[in-house]
Amino acid sequence: MQTTAFDRYEQRHSPIHRLDPRVKTVVTGLFILGNILLPDGAWLAFAAAWGLVWISSRLARLPVSFILKRSFIVLPFTLAAITVLFSTQGTAVYTFPLFSHTIAITNEGIVRFTSIIIRSWLSVQGAILLTATTRFPDLMHALRHLRAPRLLVAIISFMYRYLFVLADEAARLLRAREARSAAAAANQGGGSILWRAKVAGGMVGQLFIRSFERSERVYNAMLARGYRGQLMTMNPHDLTRQDWAGLGAAIFLLALIQIIGHLIAIA
Amino acid sequence: MPILHPTEQNRIISTPADSGLPTLFVQDLRYNYPDGFLALKGVNLSIAPGEKVALVGPNGAGKSTLMLHLNGLIQGDGRVEVAGMPVTKEHFPVIRSKVGMVFQNPDDQLFSPTVFEDVAFGPLHMGLPLDEIHERVTRALQMVDMAGFEERLPHHLSLGQKKRIAIATVLSMNPEILVLDEPSAGLDPRARRALINLLHELPMTMLVSTHDMRLVLDLFPRLIIMDEGEIVADGETAVLLDDVAMLEQHGLERP
Repeated sequence: MQTTAFDRYEQRHSPIHRLDPRVKTVVTGLFILGNILLPDGAWLAFAAAWGLVWISSRLARLPVSFILKRSFIVLPFTLAAITVLFSTQGTAVYTFPLFSHTIAITNEGIVRFTSIIIRSWLSVQGAILLTATTRFPDLMHALRHLRAPRLLVAIISFMYRYLFVLADEAARLLRAREARSAAAAANQGGGSILWRAKVAGGMVGQLFIRSFERSERVYNAMLARGYRGQLMTMNPHDLTRQDWAGLGAAIFLLALIQIIGHLIAIA
Repeated sequence: MPILHPTEQNRIISTPADSGLPTLFVQDLRYNYPDGFLALKGVNLSIAPGEKVALVGPNGAGKSTLMLHLNGLIQGDGRVEVAGMPVTKEHFPVIRSKVGMVFQNPDDQLFSPTVFEDVAFGPLHMGLPLDEIHERVTRALQMVDMAGFEERLPHHLSLGQKKRIAIATVLSMNPEILVLDEPSAGLDPRARRALINLLHELPMTMLVSTHDMRLVLDLFPRLIIMDEGEIVADGETAVLLDDVAMLEQHGLERP
């Protein structure tokens, strides 16, 4: 079995795919930073930022729906910001009693809450665009050359390499359970919830032990090929003129978005 | 380099090649696992340059434990020498480039995001210059007939392809001896045949542990049989495989 859903779009060819992974990583980082710096309620700037995402995904020949669909994954997490609805000082638009207190949702609270949602939603779209247009190994190279801690990059690389192996292993365990989950004809089968929970717990434990043992074998395989506690890497990339041009254009547009956002806030 | 003629290779062992030192020399090797299990009970073994040796025996006979000693991944009591160099901590870097060890499961052997990085891992950690690393990767992949797979991701490859690349990951280190753990396990007939052809073409000294008796008969003039932590037979494959009673006693079958 192969799990290929993760890297479906990485291998396409487009101006965005061809950009140096370092440029894409830096631009994505700046894009996210820019979103954070935009003031609350800078709707025009938010729209411009989304326009940037849209243009990039067109250039990358990615269906916009692909990015949109995946970006909704962030929405549940933004619920953590829901308290700003009540905790921001301002004109109350709606009040309701809670125990002995009166809780007020303020106009400013709504603006801030919506802005937070839009910011995280935009940022996630930028990250999705990055991972969808960059092969994972290139992304790791980029992180290394941008001086991300070596150990951290190594851990992410291993995670990526063994994610698929682990997913296969988990699928095999599930299939083995499935194959033996029979029910006698007159019987509902399946056992009690407690019993099922025990089976599931056992499977998670199995998966952990297998991964643990595998890590020992992988470590041996590394030692056997000369690993001495220091991971080494090669530098395969050189920035071309197109990369510099792309970087310049992106920084210009991001700066423009900032200017729009802050000017309108002042006005 | 040509494959040695079987009659030249079938020298009865423990006599090193006339010229120079044995590629591999093991004397009175004993190993206790931490839980007290005695995995090796005094193993003696010598492999001359260019020899192709099969190592067979039932599960738990100590084959893998023996192999892990050959580049110092575990260390027991006794002597282990690679090309005259004792396997001790200060020699690990050199020894590990001389002993190309390929583990049974290619998912353990291939741990890098791309095929290129995996094949380059050994040469890179040997401290070779970049252009030589590139050269070696290309050559190693050509040797296993996987040229052009540099940028592929291991999880998109078939088991047969992974096994070949796993061998390339040590060929790129120019080892003096290849040590393979069950190279044909789990392969379909076509992939197995391709692997046998590959092993047949590789010129270096080989020690291969396997349960595949057909593979032994096809490729290895010399056979070592292990059981319960000891070498119980060591000699010409053709002769040993005729001794049905001895094979059965150690849980083996004639091909």
